Amino acid sequence: MRMIDANTMGTPAVTSGAVPAPALKAEARALDFFYGEVQALRKIDLPVWENRVTALIGPSGCGKSTFLRCFNRMHDIGEGRNRYHGEIVFHPDGVDILHRSVDPIEVRMRIGMVFQKPNPFPKSIFENVAYGLRVRGERSRSAIADRVEAALRDASLWDEVGDRLHDMAFNLSGGQQQRLCIARALATSPELLLFDEPTSALDPNATANIEDLINRLKEKVSILIVTHNMQQAARVSDYTAFMYLGELVEFGDTNVVFTNPKKRQTEDYITGRFG
Amino acid sequence: MRADVTELPVSIPIPTGAALAAAPVNRFAHRRLRHVGELAIEVVLFAAAFSAVAVTVAIVGILVYESAAFFSHVPLVDFLTDTQWTIMFSEKHYGVAPLLAGTLVTTTVGLLLAIPVGTVTAIYLSEFAGARTREIVKPVLELLAGIPTVVYGYFALVMVTPALQFFMPELPGFNMLGPGLVIGIMIIPYVSSVAEDAMRAVPVHMREGSYAMGATRLQTALRVVVPAATSGIVAAYILGISRAIGETMVVAVAAGQQPNFTWDPREPGATITAFIVQVALGDLPHGSIEYQSIFAVGLVLVLMTLSFNLLGHLARKRFREAY
Ligand SMILES: Nc1ncnc2c1ncn2[C@@H]1O[C@H](COP(=O)(O)OP(=O)(O)O)[C@@H](O)[C@H]1O
Ligand SMILES: [Mg+2]
Repeated sequence: MRMIDANTMGTPAVTSGAVPAPALKAEARALDFFYGEVQALRKIDLPVWENRVTALIGPSGCGKSTFLRCFNRMHDIGEGRNRYHGEIVFHPDGVDILHRSVDPIEVRMRIGMVFQKPNPFPKSIFENVAYGLRVRGERSRSAIADRVEAALRDASLWDEVGDRLHDMAFNLSGGQQQRLCIARALATSPELLLFDEPTSALDPNATANIEDLINRLKEKVSILIVTHNMQQAARVSDYTAFMYLGELVEFGDTNVVFTNPKKRQTEDYITGRFG
Repeated sequence: MRADVTELPVSIPIPTGAALAAAPVNRFAHRRLRHVGELAIEVVLFAAAFSAVAVTVAIVGILVYESAAFFSHVPLVDFLTDTQWTIMFSEKHYGVAPLLAGTLVTTTVGLLLAIPVGTVTAIYLSEFAGARTREIVKPVLELLAGIPTVVYGYFALVMVTPALQFFMPELPGFNMLGPGLVIGIMIIPYVSSVAEDAMRAVPVHMREGSYAMGATRLQTALRVVVPAATSGIVAAYILGISRAIGETMVVAVAAGQQPNFTWDPREPGATITAFIVQVALGDLPHGSIEYQSIFAVGLVLVLMTLSFNLLGHLARKRFREAY
């Protein structure tokens, strides 16, 4: 197993003086992934720091979504021809969440996900946010109501929907639906939140809202976000990982990756000279 | 209908260089050409759609016409309130209640079996079964739907009823419970296949949203997929109800053909459809009261099916998928 080289891992910049050094939330170690016989990820090493936003960028089809979905074992659903190799160690437990002995449901209870297209359930706004709690067997009405309100406030949606919690979620606008999906994920207090191009189906206004939200959320939760939009990566992330053809080409402090990339491929991609 | 300029035939030469400077050339195909072809197709399509409507209207028209003759002899009040249907006897009673009760009892028994089993089958096939299991189970279910109903009738008479008598020794040889259960078995494939299609049509990203929240397969199936597929599942139930109400042979063969005003499925009975075959198979003089009565009860049958379809339509509108 290759060890992670601390110098290339974007250890927090020395300039951030008073801010304490973040802890590791998770780290991929020599991660390979196969769709049947097709290898989609090759030997990926990547740290995810606590209370930081890590962006995954790269051309379409390079494996960003595939990589992201390893973190909550989404590949376990389906006909069972998908295979993981390597580890994703989750902290503070220090457990490899890809290990056969780990229940994917337990993993998903601690690692939330927001998808490309808003995917609210055919339920009321309230029931959408309460979903994770109900699935976990929470019975107390007041506890659920409190968590729903807190999650909607954290997702900056409370002011818009607080007075119509029992409307169907489908009646919300696209941007509101996406914030509802964020609230749904937040309601169960995940430790790590995965975003797969969360704004690609949204207009610029709704996109700006979500980006603001991500900036605020990192106080509570570690974030790993896939984006095809480099400006977005630059705006929201602390660290950036550039992927190409299933490999991790470069990882580092977002400022460094965007202003002074070490690899030629990264530079070509961020300057738009790609392909 | 407007000609679509983006679909100009490519064979038309595109003028280049010098030709472009010359006198203007009209490169637009004449509109009427396309128009005639489209019109012919439209007429054919309309005729096809209209013939179905025309047949339906004709059937309802005949039913209403012959029923009107029936109701000129029999007061509507008697038809609706009398509790005996003894049209074949010398002392005639014209109460539709026994036939209606027979229809409702066998239908209800059938649905009590078919709706739970059909729904569970659909959930299993759509959410749990692997591709291979589905490949085996689906054709078997379709086979079940392809068996002639007379066979089901005898199945009810010679197998199901005797089996039931093993547990209920007092059960008469002709009863509504056996045929009701067999109707249920018969319509399971209809319910399960339409409901399964509805569930499979629920987009993957909605299921993934549920899994990502830490839900199990069962929780995802029951809390997300089934609610998302409600309108299709309701459509499956309505189809099942219509099939059960309209089912004829099973009841005619195994329920005893005695109009009997009872809500107890253990007793013999006759349904509207069973009565219709019974009477239609005998040679009745055209225009006799017995002959006309078929149309009156047939009209009741049509009204029942129609109201269930209407209910289903309303339910579908109410639960329409919005993803
Ligand atoms: N379910 C799947 N089965 C087989 N191959 C897949 C599947 N999903 C994605 N792939 C392949 O894996 C590669 C990475 O895809 P993906 O992770 O979706 O890329 P990205 O999110 O970076 O656009 C692509 O070549 C894609 O064709
Ligand atoms: Mg993707």
